[in-house]
Parts: sequence; C-alpha cells; structure tokens
Amino acid sequence: MRLTLDGGLDLLCNSVKIHHVDVDPKTGEDKLSMRDLLSWIKSNLIKERPEMFVKGDSVRPGVLVLINDCDWELCGSLDAVLEEKDMVVFISTLHGG
Amino acid sequence: MDEIVKTIGLKNNCTFCGVFRRQALDRGAALMRADKLVTGHNADDMAETVLLNILRGDIARLSRCTFIITGEDGPIPRCKPFKYTYEKEIVMYAYFKKLDYFSTECIYSPNAYRGFAREFIKDLERIRPQAILDIIRSGENFRISTSTKMPEQGTCERCGYISSQKLCKACLLLEGLNRGLPKLGIGRSRGLNSAKEDGEQRMLRSEVKGSNLQSKQCGTLDF
Repeated sequence: MRLTLDGGLDLLCNSVKIHHVDVDPKTGEDKLSMRDLLSWIKSNLIKERPEMFVKGDSVRPGVLVLINDCDWELCGSLDAVLEEKDMVVFISTLHGG
Repeated sequence: MDEIVKTIGLKNNCTFCGVFRRQALDRGAALMRADKLVTGHNADDMAETVLLNILRGDIARLSRCTFIITGEDGPIPRCKPFKYTYEKEIVMYAYFKKLDYFSTECIYSPNAYRGFAREFIKDLERIRPQAILDIIRSGENFRISTSTKMPEQGTCERCGYISSQKLCKACLLLEGLNRGLPKLGIGRSRGLNSAKEDGEQRMLRSEVKGSNLQSKQCGTLDF
C-alpha cells in the first residue's frame, strides 16, 4: 500500500514523502489494522523524533490520518482494517509559533 | 531572528519575534495604504491564546484576545476571519484542494509556553472536539472585575506606535538588544506602576544615545 507523510512529517523519515510498503498482518491475524500499521511505521520508517508522530497507541494528537482520502475517524480509527491497495496519508497540523 | 537569538539566548524568543513581527505587519500595511489587516488565526490558535493568558494571569490580554476585530478606532483595523475554523478543517481543505501547504516548525520554539497549551488542547480535542469552540466562548464571555486596574492605550514617546507604556515594547526590546541587555523588557512588572517597569522606562527616555538600530518614526502612521 501507499503511505504519504505530509505537513512536515517526511522530515522524520529522511525527507521521503511517499512510501510504497508491504506490511504483513501480525502473526496469528489475517487482517492488518491501523494499530499494527502505526507500530510498523514507528519501527521501520521513522528515523528520528518518534514522539512527533506517535503518542502511546495512536498518532500524536494533531496528526490527521486519511485512509483512501477519508478521515480515519469515520473508518474506525485504530481498528480500521487495511487492504493491499489502500492509500494512507498522515498530515501534521502542528507547526508555527 | 537568528541574530537576535545569538544575543538573547534560547529563552524569551517568542517575545521578540512576536512584538517585532506584529509591528512590521502593521507598518507594512500602512506603507501599502491598506484599509484592513487580516490574519489567519484559527480556532485552535484562539483557544490556545485564551488558555495561555489564563495560565499567565494576563488579564489585559484575556479581555481582548477573543475579539474578532481589533483596532477599530485605529487607522488599520485587524480581523481574524478564521476565528471559529478548526485547524483540522483548514488542513483538510488545503489537502483536498491541493493548495500549497507548507508547515515548518519554528526552530526557536521547542520550549515555548504556547506549546504546552497546544499539547493540552490537542489532547482535549481528541476526547471532546467541541472543547475548542467552548474555550473560545468562555473567553468571549469573560468580564473583568471593575476593581482590576487595566492599562490605558497611548502612544510610544519614541516612535509613535500604540503603547500602554511610555515606550512601546518594540522600542524597549530594541534598546535592550543595542545595549547588550537581553532581559530589558522581559518579564512582567506586577502592577502598572511598578519599580521595574518605571526604572526601565526612565532610564531609556533620559538618555539620548545613538544606537545601531534606530526605532523608525511612525510619522505617517496616524496611530
């Protein structure tokens, strides 16, 4: 699936905005949830300052998540199930002074 | 700003930047003969400001900070049309309309006080998104006790900009920078006629020293 990091988040991943990734569901599960994807991203894509991206189980408050251009809050947030062709976009709204 | 931070260190950066930027905006608008000055403050900003002023006990600002229009009696009124628009809406709009959205974190603000208010508000928003609008509404409905002494608006003796003191903050800060006194103008005086503020103001007005950075006269600005 395709992951896009916007609003400055790409800086946490060596300035790469778009990532094409293949993430397998956790062993024992047949579906990939957003929760799992987040921890995968934290371990594999985020190279610095993870606290800018995640807080606890979820994204840091202020980071918008879109699954196929739809607000993830409408899809179940952390429990949303992801498929191979999905596009997930993370946009940080935190900036400025 | 880089030069300023070299002089003052990594604290109180927001004070310098905010004060200078604000005056720069106002003066620039006057030079362009603008009628109105419109800023992009959004609902999140407004809620943060209300909280910040409460946390700091800044009653004067608390009373004014939720006005959607300010400076009406002045030459260039200012307005915040996005006052009730959530930052999230704005970002979503920019994304779907494919607008140029750039976000840069100010490099000098990692420990800015506002950051803590922001963090808190963001956590609140997650649990109860309406909290942001409710905080703004609370701010709009604050009424200041009549026994609280409030500052009066006058003009700066040096440059003519609006000021509640004899010298406006920008002139004060500038003087501090020129004299190598990075703390001049920083920190709040308790009460309007405190020794600290008085002392600073008197010192600056009695000396007519040449400085590297002159406060430009606001000649054409009918403040």
